[in-house]
Amino acid sequence: MTSAMKLLIVEDDREAAAYVVKAFSEAGHVADHAADGEQGYELASGANYDVLVVDRMLPKLDGLTLIGRLKAEGSKTPVLILSALGQVDDRVQGLRAGGDDYLTKPYAFAELLARVEALSRRGGASAAETVYRVGDLELDRLSHSVTRGGQDIPLQPREFRLLEYLMRNAGQVVTRTMLLENVWDYHFDPQTNVIDVHVSRLRSKIDKGFDRQLLHTVRGAGYMIRDGAR
Amino acid sequence: MTALGKLLRTTAFKLALAYLAVFATLSMVVLTYVSWHANALIAGQLNATVNAEITGLAEQYRQGGIRKLVAVVDERSNRAGNGSIYLLTTFSGDTLAGNVSGLPGASLAEAGERELPYQRVGEDQTAPYPAVVRVFVLPGGYRLLVGRDTEERERLAGVIANAVQWSLALVVVLGLAGGVFVARRVLKRLDAMTETSRSIMAGDLSGRLAVTGSGDEFDRLAEAVNAMLERINELMAGLKEVSDNIAHDLKTPLTRLRNRAEAALRDARTDEDWQTSTEQIIAEADGMIRIFNALLLIARAESGGARGQLAEVDVADVVREVAELYEPLAEERGATLKVEAPVSIGVTGNRELIGQVVANLVENALNYATGEGTGNEVTVSAIAQPTAAVLTVADRGPGIPEADRARAMERFVRLAPSRSRPGSGLGLALASAVARLHGGELALSDNAPGLRAELTLPRSGAPVSGGFEPGRSYVRAQGGEPRPAPAPALPGT
Repeated sequence: MTSAMKLLIVEDDREAAAYVVKAFSEAGHVADHAADGEQGYELASGANYDVLVVDRMLPKLDGLTLIGRLKAEGSKTPVLILSALGQVDDRVQGLRAGGDDYLTKPYAFAELLARVEALSRRGGASAAETVYRVGDLELDRLSHSVTRGGQDIPLQPREFRLLEYLMRNAGQVVTRTMLLENVWDYHFDPQTNVIDVHVSRLRSKIDKGFDRQLLHTVRGAGYMIRDGAR
Repeated sequence: MTALGKLLRTTAFKLALAYLAVFATLSMVVLTYVSWHANALIAGQLNATVNAEITGLAEQYRQGGIRKLVAVVDERSNRAGNGSIYLLTTFSGDTLAGNVSGLPGASLAEAGERELPYQRVGEDQTAPYPAVVRVFVLPGGYRLLVGRDTEERERLAGVIANAVQWSLALVVVLGLAGGVFVARRVLKRLDAMTETSRSIMAGDLSGRLAVTGSGDEFDRLAEAVNAMLERINELMAGLKEVSDNIAHDLKTPLTRLRNRAEAALRDARTDEDWQTSTEQIIAEADGMIRIFNALLLIARAESGGARGQLAEVDVADVVREVAELYEPLAEERGATLKVEAPVSIGVTGNRELIGQVVANLVENALNYATGEGTGNEVTVSAIAQPTAAVLTVADRGPGIPEADRARAMERFVRLAPSRSRPGSGLGLALASAVARLHGGELALSDNAPGLRAELTLPRSGAPVSGGFEPGRSYVRAQGGEPRPAPAPALPGT
């Protein structure tokens, strides 16, 4: 469903890199690998990648410097920073340096895949669209109204933002931490199924009473909104 | 010799030497100036005296010719001890009158002014005296010498030279002694400091630099270094505690992880078995990652490393957001989540951390204080006090016995280990560390029944009492002391 992406993984741990490259290709994407910052810089400035996945600590050229250079040269390629440093200030530092998303090691591959796919859509038409549509579900970002099959669905403000984020990434997996980050703006890891409860509430409002289910649970990864017919 | 070598290399000694050189040069300059001027003055006086004599003699000569002159010279020569010298000779050099007996050879040959040694009449055996003289050639070949003994001048020069020598010697001796004294004093204290530092580096972290109590710069330095050592000690102790706890508490999930992997290897027959086992192993690993993250976060908060990220935060807003996040979960568990955060309360803090702490406390309350036999009610509130924001999470569950409250805030302590509740046992430890990072405190008390966790954070702009003090414990367990006024009745959510 998602078209194949061309990715560059800049990661000095060869084993981890090999695993990620293989996992991406199994998910239908093409991933190149650079083992250090300089090689990463050369590859990134030479070819057109959809997303760069950059480890923060790299030999020869450190990850943040590499990103800073690329951005300074006007590169618009979205960058996901991988780091063993997961603290709030490290994340802020990474995003300030020009990263578009930040993922702490160790991570689940499903999380990385979901985030990279979400990034690759960035700057697409969907961000500018005022009305999101999935099947017969419609979300109007200007009037803050949601309808399904022409039928009004009243939503709480937070539910609206949750649905908006899911629909912006329609057809793509969205993980629980992505939801907590993008809908609630918190980066911690809840010890409870708090996000699931919100999603199931939303699901009962948009899917209940309709034949086709639009909001799907993706096992071991998160959620996805899509028109089941496709 | 090493002691001397060390002394010579000290800054204090080098400074003393430099001062010594400066003072010696200065006193030399002053004395030279004085002696030069004194010489000039004396020379002027000598000249004036000689000129006056000459004027007088010339007058006599004009009045009475050579005879008169002889008589006057004779008379003046016999006036004892006035330091003037006279000599009147014929052209052939025979003395007519005067008090000079010996002169160097051709001293009288030409007229003019000069300096020369002479001998007095009747003192032939003594060494010649120095004198400034003027020689005139009178008509008829007579020679008249008038002069003044310059011994006074020589004596003054001697006195000054003496003074120069003595003062130089004094400056050098005193300067050197002072330099050595100061250098030795400084050196002694520095050596003591170096010695203590060495022993501390060698592993004796309890060593401290001596403070004399004089309040001088050495004391200030020693105090600063001691405070630094104190902090290092605490961090080391904290680090040791953490590593001990990590070693202890991560072994449990690690063992479980290993057991599951072994069991899978041994027992799994079908693909489904493998799938289930692998998923269990991943879940176990995820749990360990969570523990690591929580530990790192606590360590970061405790070391104050996150303090650079503090900004203005409305904690009432944070409380409302977190309550809103957990309200559906509470409802799912059949509990009520009440929220009271009526007014904005500004705190200089880290929104993420405060939010995470409130979320942890709410999760704790939902995990431990919902279900059968509990009030099924959790209250979250943000109350503004004059100088502080008090964030409270209160439940109606079993609570924590008074004796266990302080321990509950330590790392890895789960008071009911047998209960299969989720959580790493780090939630309260994190809350307490975050409170300390903000200069506040976490207090646990009895909610009668239930647990009441109060996170007190200083409001921005309010004076922080004492601020963050590394040595102080900010964790406090409330016991029998009077409880704060009961929370006002809260509107349901």
